[in-house]
Amino acid sequence: MKKPYQSLEDNPNYNMKQVIYRSLTSKMYSLCLVLLLAFSSSLTAQEGDPANGKSLFNSNCAACHKLDKPMTGPALRNVETRLSEEQGLDRAWLSAWIRNSSSLIKSGDAYANKIYNEYNGTAMTAFPQLSDENISDILAYTAEKVDPCVANPQPGCANYVAPVAGGSSEGGISNDLILGALALLFALLAMALVLVKRTLDRFADAKGLDVAEQTKRTPLWKAFAQNQFLVLVTSIIFLLASGYFVYGYLMQVGVDQGYEPIQPIHYSHRIHAGDNGIDCKYCHSSARVSKTSGIPSLNVCMNCHKSISEVAPATLAEGEEFGVDYNAEIQKLYDAVGWDGTGYTGESQPVKWIRVHNLPDFVYFNHSQHVMVGGIECQTCHGPVEEMEIMYQHAPLTMGWCINCHRETNVKVKDNAYYTKIHEELSKKYGVDQLTVAQMGGLECGKCHY
Amino acid sequence: MSSNKKYWKSVEELNENSSIVEALQQNEFVEAIPTDEFLGDKESLESSSTSRRDFLKYVGFSTAAASLAACEGPVIKSIPYIVQPTEIIPGVANYYATTIADGYDFTSVLVKTREGRPIKIENNTDAGTNGVANARVNASVLGLYDNLRVKSPMKGESSISWDAFMSETTSKLNGLNGKAIVLLTQSMPSPSTNKLIAEFKSKYGNVSHVAYDAISESATLDAYEAKYGTRGMANYDFSKAKTIVSIGADFLGDWQGGGFESEYAKKRIPTHGKMSRHIQFESNMSLSGANADKRVPLTPSQQKLALAKLYSEVTGNSAGGVKLPEGLDAAVKAAAKEISLAGSNAVVVTGIQDVNAQTVVLEINSYLRSKAFDPETTIKTRQGSDKAVMQLVSDMKAGKVGAVIMSGVNPLYTLPNASDFKDGLAKTELSVAFSMKQDETSTNCQYIAAAPHYLESWGDVEMKAGHYSLMQPTIRPLFDTKQFQEVLMGWTGSTGSYRDYLKSVWTQTVLNGSSFNKAVQDGVFVTAIAGGRNGSNGSSTTVESTTELKDKKDRTFLGGVIHDVAVGVGIKDEDKDEYVTSTSSTTNGNGGAGVLAASGGEAARALAKSTKGGDLELSLYTKVGMGDGQQANNPWLQEFPDPITRTTWDNYITVSKADAESYKLINENAANGGLNGSYVDVTVNGVTVSNVPVIIQPGQAVGSVGMAFGFGRTAGLKAEMQTGVSAYPLYQDFNTSQDVTISKVAGVHEFACVQLHNTLMGRGDIIKETSLEIFNTKNKEHWNAIPKVSLNHIETPVTSPDVDLWDEFDRSVGHHFNLSIDLNACTGCGSCVIACHAENNVPVVGKSEMRRSRDMHWLRIDRYYSSEDTFEGDNEKKDNISGLSSSLSEFGEMEHPADNPQVAFQPVMCQHCNHAPCETVCPVAATAHGRQGQNHMAYNRCVGTRYCANNCPYKVRRFNWFLYNKNDEFDYYMNDDLGRMVLNPDVTVRSRGVMEKCSMCMQKTQKTILDAKRDGRLVKDGEFQTACSAACGNGAMIFGDINDKDSKITALKEDDRMYHLLEHVGTKPNVIYQTKVRNTSKA
Repeated sequence: MKKPYQSLEDNPNYNMKQVIYRSLTSKMYSLCLVLLLAFSSSLTAQEGDPANGKSLFNSNCAACHKLDKPMTGPALRNVETRLSEEQGLDRAWLSAWIRNSSSLIKSGDAYANKIYNEYNGTAMTAFPQLSDENISDILAYTAEKVDPCVANPQPGCANYVAPVAGGSSEGGISNDLILGALALLFALLAMALVLVKRTLDRFADAKGLDVAEQTKRTPLWKAFAQNQFLVLVTSIIFLLASGYFVYGYLMQVGVDQGYEPIQPIHYSHRIHAGDNGIDCKYCHSSARVSKTSGIPSLNVCMNCHKSISEVAPATLAEGEEFGVDYNAEIQKLYDAVGWDGTGYTGESQPVKWIRVHNLPDFVYFNHSQHVMVGGIECQTCHGPVEEMEIMYQHAPLTMGWCINCHRETNVKVKDNAYYTKIHEELSKKYGVDQLTVAQMGGLECGKCHY
Repeated sequence: MSSNKKYWKSVEELNENSSIVEALQQNEFVEAIPTDEFLGDKESLESSSTSRRDFLKYVGFSTAAASLAACEGPVIKSIPYIVQPTEIIPGVANYYATTIADGYDFTSVLVKTREGRPIKIENNTDAGTNGVANARVNASVLGLYDNLRVKSPMKGESSISWDAFMSETTSKLNGLNGKAIVLLTQSMPSPSTNKLIAEFKSKYGNVSHVAYDAISESATLDAYEAKYGTRGMANYDFSKAKTIVSIGADFLGDWQGGGFESEYAKKRIPTHGKMSRHIQFESNMSLSGANADKRVPLTPSQQKLALAKLYSEVTGNSAGGVKLPEGLDAAVKAAAKEISLAGSNAVVVTGIQDVNAQTVVLEINSYLRSKAFDPETTIKTRQGSDKAVMQLVSDMKAGKVGAVIMSGVNPLYTLPNASDFKDGLAKTELSVAFSMKQDETSTNCQYIAAAPHYLESWGDVEMKAGHYSLMQPTIRPLFDTKQFQEVLMGWTGSTGSYRDYLKSVWTQTVLNGSSFNKAVQDGVFVTAIAGGRNGSNGSSTTVESTTELKDKKDRTFLGGVIHDVAVGVGIKDEDKDEYVTSTSSTTNGNGGAGVLAASGGEAARALAKSTKGGDLELSLYTKVGMGDGQQANNPWLQEFPDPITRTTWDNYITVSKADAESYKLINENAANGGLNGSYVDVTVNGVTVSNVPVIIQPGQAVGSVGMAFGFGRTAGLKAEMQTGVSAYPLYQDFNTSQDVTISKVAGVHEFACVQLHNTLMGRGDIIKETSLEIFNTKNKEHWNAIPKVSLNHIETPVTSPDVDLWDEFDRSVGHHFNLSIDLNACTGCGSCVIACHAENNVPVVGKSEMRRSRDMHWLRIDRYYSSEDTFEGDNEKKDNISGLSSSLSEFGEMEHPADNPQVAFQPVMCQHCNHAPCETVCPVAATAHGRQGQNHMAYNRCVGTRYCANNCPYKVRRFNWFLYNKNDEFDYYMNDDLGRMVLNPDVTVRSRGVMEKCSMCMQKTQKTILDAKRDGRLVKDGEFQTACSAACGNGAMIFGDINDKDSKITALKEDDRMYHLLEHVGTKPNVIYQTKVRNTSKA
């Protein structure tokens, strides 16, 4: 069976360049944001700070509302203007609605009841904690003009990234140019040298100078072959070198470090764990109690993705660098879980992820032992997951690698009643303050092989 | 094997005197293979272009190339749930309480499930009764994953849908025109099912319900019903008995539904110098007989006489003239005397299938007012009536029965007159069998209603009066199955699920306001009435106070006689009882006994008249492994060695040595160590079962033979499991004892016997044994001395560090695990063997490998016989041997067990030696010692030299001669996807060429430690368990941490009875044994 390897070399896009890109785009993004803020604040006559409004909106409203698309609740772009123009309702009404919509509904307000019924009788969460200023900030944010550049970067925008062909990049082109120039230079030099020699020979000929004829010497290879010492040394070196490479080859047999299979859904740990800062154990919750960390079931995905059906335009733009349409990937999740945007259809199909970290069957590894008892960071073994666009195997997962860590890592004995006595006795026995896992018995065969 | 058919491949074979056939049978290859022609001819060798060296080069190269090419890892998929059930966390086991009620075994159990798959059965320690799983119950989880199960309802040979099944059967049921409908079921002490059946009856009218037990307890039920008015069996609590006399009752086996051994074992551990005394009268060597302090072999007919005699001796009522041989007469009298002396602390039980015998026993126990005898807590797990079943067969034959609906029974296999039943079945208009298999019966029915396994079903059982147990599914049905109750509901037209029905029945009738969910969680529910009972007998409570003696330990004595058989010496003063002699003696106080005894006297006189028919009497019995044969397709049980004969994959007829000689039957050992035996034809009343192999059984009563049920099945079984010979045709009139004739037939049977009938030959280092008298009077050095070795001509105890080859390693820090095995509490039942099998993914190797001694059991239970009448006698004889000639002859004699030997069981697993001989010889350090005392085995490191097995003094290491999983040659459960679902995901499945052995359930100790670490607490005593110690309901196996000074195991390690197996070898094992003490006054 051929492994669907996607080694780092195969995918220049996934290499270091992506890091450059990311910092580049994020810089552009912030630049764009600054511009936009300056621009918009100068335009709106409203009091209120749209920047603060945005953060308030994201923390309080975004679970149910979007600016341009109805979700659990209606779309909120220019809500204040629309309300006053279409319904003749003022900000006081809006504030009352936001602070306690259900009392407004009960009071028999016509529009309140209309909205309530329109959205299937789902009452909006009350936000009595929002001050007038907060509300005006949020409304200022909703009243912002759409910047065409954010939604759809195009030539002329600050965040526009020219589509690049063939995966080559600016840096690559310049390097090639320099290399080409250098090669040309060397070729010219070589040609010059040849020409100079020819000219000198011709001079010598002309002057009748006798260029000393080389005496016939034994060819180098023959001399080498005749020198037994050299032959011996060379063959020893050759043997050692080939031994080294054979050993190296054999030792990597079955070691899948860097294994980066193509998954059925392009799931980006970079976005989830990195940009959004979701705790690893939020999705991989079994790591707390079980030997397996657990591939999250799709209902865990839907905790968030019920309301996140599309990624932000900037994120979408990032996806283009990796040749992936994140919104399409979210759609794959919806297809698998059977979500039609409003409810579950009941037609679901399992997602067949490809397992990245494979320990042999004869090894027992327990996540909870390491994560909860040992307090080891996930990244210690799994690498910088928060930077991985696609998950790959960071560690070699060889026994030597395990053992090394057991030799070097101290057992986290503090505040654990289980260890109190054994730590006291063992540290006295070994004359150390901190016990390593090895000293605790973590090198015994039967601790992992049974 | 059991087939009489003669097969032939060519006509020539039919000619008996053909020399060609002879030659063909002798030679595998008719012509010699021309090896010499080729290898002997130098020229042809040299002219060959491929030399031997070339050949090896090519082999080497292609192997290397192939292995390098195979180095790419496979792509492994991980498929998560779409919606993960909240209670399931991958990698974490869930436990559910449920109940097995298959008509033979009724037990409350805990089921361990992983990722939603049941993988192991454990004891339900919350259950006050029937909470200990025997070997069969432990193995029953494998039945769930049997790929020969019926996967959907069937009509004849073809599958149909449940809708079609329901509509066809309902219309047939309605079109019977008043002809009888019979529900033939297993014993179903289920309140909800009984209510459903009542509803079914009221809907269809002419319905009768016949309960049928494959192995009948009808006589017991009849006797109990006559005396107490309800159909059931009296309960016995052997922990309350000080003297137990059993006449033919294997109460440590399956007698009256089983489940008595854990109470029995409690009283067998000598505490304060006291333990119970157990006298067994029996013909076959049973588990109970093997555990008895005194065993008297006698034929089934003599058992009846002995019981009658015992009755007259104990009660003083005459039983007519009972003629017993002199020795037996004395033994019965002695037993009667002990019973009389023990008074209400004695109990008598019998397994004779005879109403009179059972009546007499009930009389004796109520006369004694035995504390162990509890007729109020009726055992309800057997309900079958022989008469009703026989009536049904004749009705069916007469064509009176319109429809037969069967559930949980297989009468075409288990009925002695199966052919009559088959004829009758053909005359019915509708026949339906609820079955998990296409077995003998269901294949002869019009419809097979695919039934679910008990782990997929709902249900309830009233085990004993007031003691209820609930069954809940632990997995979604694997196949398109419906349980009997669901279909009954369909037929009666009730809607809703059976679960809801069950719940409503329980809420109305059982729970009395308690929570149903709690009952489901516990798996058991005890009603207030039953819980309030103290278990003492109720028939003569009015007079109890008059004979009660003041006793610190709550013991009573009859007539003020102070007696403790073989006890009372060496007891500390504070443990002695204060005896207050009551003036009102039992004889005048027991007014009711005389009235009751009248019927008892009649019964006893009837018993006394029983006579012996022929030369030999057959005594049919069940093995703890196979039971009634329902689980014959279970390879764990097939490979489970019978505790007594240590034979696997077989049944046989057991004969005494004397009878074997007179019938010229032989047992001999083949060169490879396998046991060979003769064949006999067994005839009872004109019914002959042919080609039954013979095992010569020490302790078998002369004039009797024994044969086990449960074998010889062929339908719905894999070819490998079709072992043995069925004994059911001999089970005439549902009587386990029959007059029989046997005749030797030609042929030699090859047994797969894991231990020969060898004796201990006085080797006290293996099993240490003593009598209670010596135990109480002499100090430890006398009966449990530490072996001594000579160091500079000074006798030094072998435990001394001076004589040790190895340096001591400090194990005082952290955990240090020890396992204690109490030979007094171990009854040899073998639950631990199957529990170990299930926990550790031990492979099944099959009969032919077993015969080659390649069994893989990590835990075996050795059985030893004594050569003299007792082990003590052996020791004396060995000690008295002097001189070469006498040692040669006498040791030779000692190899043979006595006619009635003492028996000892000894579970042996890896002893986890602190100074392990296996570890020092491993060339690759694949086996090493852990600080916690466990001897580790790294399978991935093992290269299979087998040095360790050779160097192990206990012979507990097992070598994987073959790949036992995914190998068509070993087509047991590990060879199909379904069967592999039972594997424990925490334990490696071993491959070919590696050594394996008991790990002291490393995965379990590691898990316990991890749980404690995660909770940040210390491990409590009792938390550490191995599979075997958890399975042992007798308390014979105790596991724990000896660095925990307050633990049970530390106390056991310090106990005077503690010894190590083969201590003189100096291996310092972490498994400890407790010396076996027998309650005998005489050595």
